[in-house]
Amino acid sequence: MIPGPEHLVILPIVLPLLAGALLLFFNDQERVLKATVSIVTSIALLVISVMLIRVAHSDGTAENGRVVVYLLGNWPPPFAIVLVLDRLAAMMLLLTSVLAIPALIFSIGRWQKAGPHFHTLFLLLLMGLNGSFLTGDLFNLFVFFEVMLAASYGLVLHSSGPQRVRAGLHYIAINLAASLLFLIGVAMIYGVTGTLNMADLAVRIPRVSPESMMMLEAGAGILGIAFLIKAGMWPLAFWLPTTYTAAPAPVAAIMAIMSKVGVYVILRLSLLFFSEETVSAGFGTNALLLGGLATITFGAIGVLASQSLGRLAGFSVLVSSGTLLASLGLFEAGVTAGALLYLVSSTVAISAFFLLIELVERGQDQISNVLAVTVEAFGDEEVDEDFEEEVGVVIPGTLAILGISFGACALLLAGLPPLPGFVAKFVIIDAGMNPGGADGGSVISPSAWWLTAFLILSGLASLISMSRAGIRAFWAPVDAVVPRVLVTEILPIAALLVLTFAITVQAGPIMRFMQATADNLHDPRIYIESVIDAPRAVTPMRETTQ
Amino acid sequence: MELVLSIGIGVLVASGVWLLLRPRTYQVIIGLSLLGYAVNLFIFSMGRLKTNAAPVVQGVDVVDPANFADPIPQALVLTAIVIGFATTALFLVVLLAARGFTGTDHVDGREPER
Repeated sequence: MIPGPEHLVILPIVLPLLAGALLLFFNDQERVLKATVSIVTSIALLVISVMLIRVAHSDGTAENGRVVVYLLGNWPPPFAIVLVLDRLAAMMLLLTSVLAIPALIFSIGRWQKAGPHFHTLFLLLLMGLNGSFLTGDLFNLFVFFEVMLAASYGLVLHSSGPQRVRAGLHYIAINLAASLLFLIGVAMIYGVTGTLNMADLAVRIPRVSPESMMMLEAGAGILGIAFLIKAGMWPLAFWLPTTYTAAPAPVAAIMAIMSKVGVYVILRLSLLFFSEETVSAGFGTNALLLGGLATITFGAIGVLASQSLGRLAGFSVLVSSGTLLASLGLFEAGVTAGALLYLVSSTVAISAFFLLIELVERGQDQISNVLAVTVEAFGDEEVDEDFEEEVGVVIPGTLAILGISFGACALLLAGLPPLPGFVAKFVIIDAGMNPGGADGGSVISPSAWWLTAFLILSGLASLISMSRAGIRAFWAPVDAVVPRVLVTEILPIAALLVLTFAITVQAGPIMRFMQATADNLHDPRIYIESVIDAPRAVTPMRETTQ
Repeated sequence: MELVLSIGIGVLVASGVWLLLRPRTYQVIIGLSLLGYAVNLFIFSMGRLKTNAAPVVQGVDVVDPANFADPIPQALVLTAIVIGFATTALFLVVLLAARGFTGTDHVDGREPER
C-alpha cells in the first residue's frame, strides 16, 4: 500500500528516530557515513516540512487554512493520542529543519569528533522538537519534551570538560524539577476535566463549574511555570546563559529553538484554553506581560554587562524570549503575528550568532584550552590528529567574512533595517499602537506603550554591546591572528544570514502567513472542530480478521 | 484514605524540596527522587481514589463508570516512572562526572569560601 499524503504528518517524528537508531549500529569512527545520514535526514525533514506548510496554508478554504489530524491507533477522537498539523506547527517544523542543517554541516568540521554519538543525539533532539510541535495531547507533549530534554542533556555534555559538566549539572537539575511541575499541572488539569486531548480540553474548559475553576487555573499556572522555565522568563532564567555558553557551538545553535518550544506551547495552550469566549479569557496574560518585560530588562542588563561573546549570545536569548512573552501578554492578534515573525528572525539570528562566536573566538586563543580538555576527556589519540589536520585552511578574507556576518547578526539582534528583526519589531509596535485595526477608534493600552519602550531600549542595549564586542574582536587587536576556518563552517552561517535577508525581501507574503496563523490561534474554532470531527481511517482488514 | 495519601504526598514533597535546595549533589538527586515519588502518587490520586475496583471494563453490557478505577492516571504514572527513572540515572552519571572533574560534591563545583 502506498502511504497517502496524510501520512506525511508523522514523518517528522519517525524519520529522525529511525535514522538516529540506525546510526547506533555503526562505530563512531565512521564519521563520513554518520554525517551523511544525518544531513540527508535533515534535508528530507526540510522537504517534508515545506510540503506540510503548503498543505496547512494553501489547501482547504483559503481563509482558514487546513488542519490535518493524524489519529495514532485510529481511535475516534478525543480518545487516544492525535497529531495535529496547523499553520503554527508547520512553521515551527520548518524553522527546526532550517536550523538543523547548518548546525549539522558546521559540526562536520570539528564537533562531531569531540565525543560519542553526536549525530544520534542530534537526530533524537530533532525528533523531540518535531513531536512537541505536532502533538495534540498534553501528556504526549510531556513525553516528547522528555525525549528532547534527554537528548539535549547528552548534547550539552558533548565533549565533556569541567565547565560543561558543571553547567550541565545545573541544567539537568532545573529541568528535572520543571518536568515534575509539568506533571503536577497535567494531573490537576486532568483531575478537573477528565481529558488530555488539547482540543477536547478547549471544549470542556468553558463548561467547568465555578468551584472547580480555581483548581483548573492553579493547574494551568503550574503547567505554565514549567514552560516558562524552558522559555527562560525572569526569574526562572538564571540557568540559561551559563548552559548555552557552555554548550558546543552547533548544539547551542539548535538549542536556540529549544527555548522557543516553551514559548510555542504557551502560545498554543493559552490561546486554546483561555480564548475570548471562555469565562477566564486571557488567563495569565498579565503575568506574561510583566514577566516578559522583566525578562527583557534582565536580558538587556546582561547583554550590556557581558564580557565574553558567549554570554552576550546567552543573554540575547533572554531578550528574545522576553520580547515574545511580553508580546503574547498583549493578547492581540496583530501583535501575535509580529511576534511570530520575531520568533523566526531572532531564532535564526541567535543560531547563526552562536556558530559565528566559535569561529571568532578561535582567533583569540581561547579554543586551545577547550581542545586540551576535550582530548584529555575523550582520551583518543586519533581524534587529536584529526583536529590538527582538518581545522586549518586559511581562507583569504576570512576576517572580512566573519566581520560582515557579525555585523549582520548585530543588525538582526538590535532590530535595525534592512533585516527582518526590524520588520518584526515594527509590526509588533504598529499593531500595539493600532488596537482593533488601522482605522483606529480604540484606545491604546498602557501595556502597549510599555512594550514599545522596552522593545526600543532593548534594541539599543543590544546595539551598544554588539558594537563594543565587534570593535574588540575585529578592530582592536593589533597583531590579530586570523582564525583558521573551514569552508563548511563559514557557509552555514552565511546561508542562515542570507535566509534572513530573503525574509525581508519576501516580507509581504510571509507577513500574510503570520497574520493568518495568528488569526487561527486567536480564533481556535477550526482547530477544535477539525480534531473533534476527525474522520477515522477506513480499515478494510477489520472484517476479515474478526 | 484520602488523609493518609495527602499526608504522604505532603511529607514526600516537603522532604524532597528541602533536599533539592541543599548544596550536595547527592542530596539533590535524592530530593528529586522523593519529589518524583510524590508527583507519581499525586497523578494517581487525580483519577479519584478507589479500592478493589478494576481499571478494565469487561463485557459489552452497559457499565457504570463509578464501579471502575480510572485507567488513564495508571498509564500516565507508568510512563512517568519510566521517564523519571531514566533521567535520574542520567543525572547520577553527570553527578559522578562532576565529582571526578572538580573533586568536590558541591553543586557549584567548588566549596564556598568561609
